[in-house]
Amino acid sequence: MTTIITLIVAAVTFGTVLMYGTLGEILTEKSGNLNLGVEGIMYMGGAFGLAGAFYYEKAAGVAASGPLAIIIAILAAFAAGMAASAIYSFLTITLRANQNVTGLALSIFGTGIGQFVGEFMRVSEGGYVALSNNLKEAFSAAIFPRFIVNIPVIGNILFSHTVFFYLAIVVAVLMYLFLKKTKWGMYLTAVGESPSTSDAAGINIVKYKYLATIVGGGISAIGGMVYIMTTAGCVWNHEGLSGVGWLAVALVIFCMWRPLNAIWGSVLFGAMMIMYLRVAIPFIPTELYKILPYIVTVIVLVLTSMRNSRDRQPPASLGNNYFREER
Amino acid sequence: MATERTPLIRLAKRTEMKRSSMWMIRVGSILIALILGCLPMILTGNNPVSAYGVIIQGSLSRPVYLKQTIRTAIPLLGCALAIAPCFKMKFWNIGAEGQITMGAVAATYFALFWYNKIPHVPLLIIMAFTAAIAGGLWALIPAFFKAKFNTNETLFTLMMNYIAIGIVAWLQGGPWEGRKGSQLIPMFNDNARLPTVFGVNCGWIIALVLVVLMYIYMNKTKQGYEIAVVGDSVNTARYAGMNVGWIIMRTMFISGAISGIVGFIIVSGANFTLYSGVADGVGFTSITVAWLSQLNSFAMIVISMILAVLEKGSNTLQTRMSVPASIADIITGILLFCMLSCEFFINYKLIFRRKGNNKKERS
Repeated sequence: MTTIITLIVAAVTFGTVLMYGTLGEILTEKSGNLNLGVEGIMYMGGAFGLAGAFYYEKAAGVAASGPLAIIIAILAAFAAGMAASAIYSFLTITLRANQNVTGLALSIFGTGIGQFVGEFMRVSEGGYVALSNNLKEAFSAAIFPRFIVNIPVIGNILFSHTVFFYLAIVVAVLMYLFLKKTKWGMYLTAVGESPSTSDAAGINIVKYKYLATIVGGGISAIGGMVYIMTTAGCVWNHEGLSGVGWLAVALVIFCMWRPLNAIWGSVLFGAMMIMYLRVAIPFIPTELYKILPYIVTVIVLVLTSMRNSRDRQPPASLGNNYFREER
Repeated sequence: MATERTPLIRLAKRTEMKRSSMWMIRVGSILIALILGCLPMILTGNNPVSAYGVIIQGSLSRPVYLKQTIRTAIPLLGCALAIAPCFKMKFWNIGAEGQITMGAVAATYFALFWYNKIPHVPLLIIMAFTAAIAGGLWALIPAFFKAKFNTNETLFTLMMNYIAIGIVAWLQGGPWEGRKGSQLIPMFNDNARLPTVFGVNCGWIIALVLVVLMYIYMNKTKQGYEIAVVGDSVNTARYAGMNVGWIIMRTMFISGAISGIVGFIIVSGANFTLYSGVADGVGFTSITVAWLSQLNSFAMIVISMILAVLEKGSNTLQTRMSVPASIADIITGILLFCMLSCEFFINYKLIFRRKGNNKKERS
């Protein structure tokens, strides 16, 4: 029993990271932009989030408050992600560059920037960048009071997580409401499905694509920050972060571009990624666990294309740029 | 509304542009990228001029550096050649990483278990051949589903990368592990290593031969023409009686096979062993090489050399000026952004609103 509970808790911790990455990418892809730069965006979010919290603490000294550090880290990561995806948006939407190639370029660029900032901080601060224990605890503390966390079983599974997990759920629900219940959300979906029809209907395509991609990038970047500040223990760790962005891209498919699916999907993927550390299934080598998420994604991808049902498809214009002149 | 203000900037598609001015724009964009690349160096308190000096020096100034640079460029070039036909067909194969890895796995199998049973040259040929088959088959899986069910190939090939890498991670810690607990596959016997020509593994000869072959294939053969037609319009291809599904599968097999050979060159010519990071991002970087070269085989030689110079030079930069080597990725990224944007100015011309001409007549 305790093994299962620790597994779930660990899955949620890693799943939170994925959830931000996925939610951001869902919003981006809803506009028809396939941003393959999530990997780079999450690196930048991680590095700048850490930098934000670190330099805030350096400036504030012992008076540094946990909640403020968390807010600064979120904002720094969000801004970095927005900047990165603004480059992507400008290139693909305004300058009409190929989306796949631009996304890959952003991946290379973003991982470079993230690494550079992380390394540079380490070198310029004399070899080690870490927050004080107080702030570290603030980042990984449970937000519910002790007595709720102590409720047997449920307490640990539902209430022992960091603020980031609950915030991610809020983001997921808000995104669901936005896409399904608001006019702008419907417009955005229309833009992703058929830009030419939306254009003819008088929707400002360029504005929707820009906003969705940039805000989506910001949300994805928070995931990188959450990884560095919780799982990696507030230290720059590029090895752990590598591949997370690509996993988020996979998860978007698994979730069928639906924000609410991202909540359980990311916890499930999180479980698959950490299972090799906790559970041994006889006859299956532990290294093969780690490819499970990708195999599952491939199966989902193939099945949906085989069944070809209308409401379970990628946004129809995904990956294609829209030029009004070439209608 | 009788009149309407024309927007400040309008776009018009250029019909034709002189080759010389096209290349002027491209070279200009590279220069702009190099200038933008100074920013991170200045921000971290380094002199960009001397930093670029170190990059050039550390990658080209001595034969030993030059050899290392060429060794970096070989897989980039080879893999860009593999990707070109797919992208020409508008089949977005971003799974070269996995195809390289599977090719490397096949080559490694023979290097580990057959090195003492087969003489040198036949062994290498068998390794290359099986690597090509393995890479090709790995690429055929997404191609089959694309042809049959129109499954999204970008996402499918992407997933296949990580499955391939996971398989190697398993081999590394399991069946092929050398010393127990080392998590390493043993080094290849000399018999299974590529010979060197002029100090660099003979992979460069393979790559250059492939450049010529790919150029001929894409421009002078019926199959190359079919690829171009499918890329332009699937419907036209169907109407002309081409079997589009078959063309997709055939092209992907060829592409994967070349990536597989690149995998063979990497394990047998450079690393002499197999590990999960064997492709090391080459599959992704080479996509940008192929695209920036306009899918032209000969231009790929230049672009892959530029990226190799940056990568090798930045390692020297790290040791000499303690600038993190990841500066290479940043400059590469900026370079890619600039070169991607410059295509816009080649394809479109901007028309600015002129005074006295800001009313558009209704036609």
